[in-house]
Amino acid sequence: MAMIKEEDIRKIAKLAHLEITDEEVALYTPQMADIVGYVEQLNELATDSVEPATGGLTPEGEATETKRRDVIEGSLGQQLALDQAPTPSHGHFRVPKVL
Amino acid sequence: MTIRSNIEKTLDNAEKLNGSLNSFLKIDRDYALRRAEELDNSGAKPGALHGFAVAVKDNICTSFSQTSCGSKILGDYRPQYDATAVSRLIDDGAVIIGKTNMDEFAMGSSNENSAFGNVKNPWDLDRVPGGSSGGSAVAVASGVVRASLGSETGGSVRQPASFCGIAGLKPTYGRISRYGLVAFASSLDQIGIFGQTSRDIASLLGVIAGRDKNDSTTADVAVSDYVSELDNDISGIKIGVPRALFGEGLDDEVRNSVENAIENYRKLGAEIVDVELPNSKYSIAVYYILATAEASSNLARFDGVRYGFRAEDAHELREMYMKTREEGFGAEVKRRIMLGTYVLSSGYYDAYYSKAQKVRTLLKNDFLSAFEKCDAIITPTSPSTAFKIGEKSDDPLSMYLSDIYTASANLAGIPGISIPCGLSSEGLPIGVQLLGPAWSESKLLCLANRFESEFPLSKKPEYFV
Repeated sequence: MAMIKEEDIRKIAKLAHLEITDEEVALYTPQMADIVGYVEQLNELATDSVEPATGGLTPEGEATETKRRDVIEGSLGQQLALDQAPTPSHGHFRVPKVL
Repeated sequence: MTIRSNIEKTLDNAEKLNGSLNSFLKIDRDYALRRAEELDNSGAKPGALHGFAVAVKDNICTSFSQTSCGSKILGDYRPQYDATAVSRLIDDGAVIIGKTNMDEFAMGSSNENSAFGNVKNPWDLDRVPGGSSGGSAVAVASGVVRASLGSETGGSVRQPASFCGIAGLKPTYGRISRYGLVAFASSLDQIGIFGQTSRDIASLLGVIAGRDKNDSTTADVAVSDYVSELDNDISGIKIGVPRALFGEGLDDEVRNSVENAIENYRKLGAEIVDVELPNSKYSIAVYYILATAEASSNLARFDGVRYGFRAEDAHELREMYMKTREEGFGAEVKRRIMLGTYVLSSGYYDAYYSKAQKVRTLLKNDFLSAFEKCDAIITPTSPSTAFKIGEKSDDPLSMYLSDIYTASANLAGIPGISIPCGLSSEGLPIGVQLLGPAWSESKLLCLANRFESEFPLSKKPEYFV
């Protein structure tokens, strides 16, 4: 059984790109431990010979032909694609420096 | 009567009630009136929904309005395109009157996780409407519209339908296009429909269901004439009762009311049989592993680069991502992103994610076996009636358990409908759920319609137009 500690929460938050506060760490640690403890009830079940379900599709969905011909179709276009960006600039998404 | 005058009345009702109920995040008066005038002037009737007012959950893209997902991180984001479900409604003549409030990114069972204030239950303003599609449920329950669109990942249409005393359908996975539905957990998400009755649901489903080239998970399965099949005979239909699910944790009044509904179905000519769903008790555990894992990946796109909110004062890229997400997301969304990140992380993947995928197979097989013995399965929709605002907000696990009867249908990809079956001693609606095999929407709607016609609720909510 996994024990969730404050340092685990800090590590997970970093992996998830969340800059969480000390107060949040204190709040989430017992809550996450509670939830993880609950989901561990699945260990009661023997599943060695069970195939995993990898998606939500029904057999009819699996059988549906979803490929299309590889031809160019209309798209949003640069202006519209940038229309909702916080700070577009010269036809690009602008972000703070990367390095 | 013109369509314009009808829509104007609908908009007036929406505005009048919204101060008390907070079910709409945006009421699109100008757009809706313009659209109504176009329909009045065109003379042609594009479809059966000609002039029919519909409210749409604010995680379904509308190019003429905002799409916030109930989150600060999207705010007044205005999509560049319409969801397929929305464009099909519009093409049929429906008028979208506004966007409804919801738990942030559809994560919640009470609407308390909206960044824009919680929705109130029209039966009792101190209680939650359910979630996450609480705004769409209340728009229908308060009589503003006859039907609305919501979305389901683990019960987000059926549970609020139950809490608000209306009908709510979660269709088969692949029945309605998800194109333009902001993704939460893609293997579970489906657009669902609320109606004052199942007839309203049938009339919308027939228009929006079916294959869409923009969503590769929509299936090439014929769309039934749901409205004309509503009045089919239900005698001899076998309804399965999974008795083991009627035990611990189920409110006595809900149990009695659902037992009564089963007896009423028997009187209407249905045959009642016992079935077993031995792994159903694991559905919430499976759900919270798979749904959060998928969410942690889907919500990675909200990083302040291409749309929505961006945190100020960040000097480099990674800092900008982290500050934007920290300031933009609410507590429940962060909790689920972190849980999903954890179950997918190195060293834990097999123990949690792979395990849950395998139990999902067991859950699917349970339903396949059960449907060899019956045409539909009946259960409560939720273990209780609408709870008080604040009652569960500090205890996420207890909140998650309110989806115990609904999440298994999403995991198995099968359709389910919730309809009201009675009122509690406190005057709150109780919901009963019918589940069917994949693509059995027509039969479920027919069963629901028959029950609603024979046993309507004895009163309307306190807040009703």
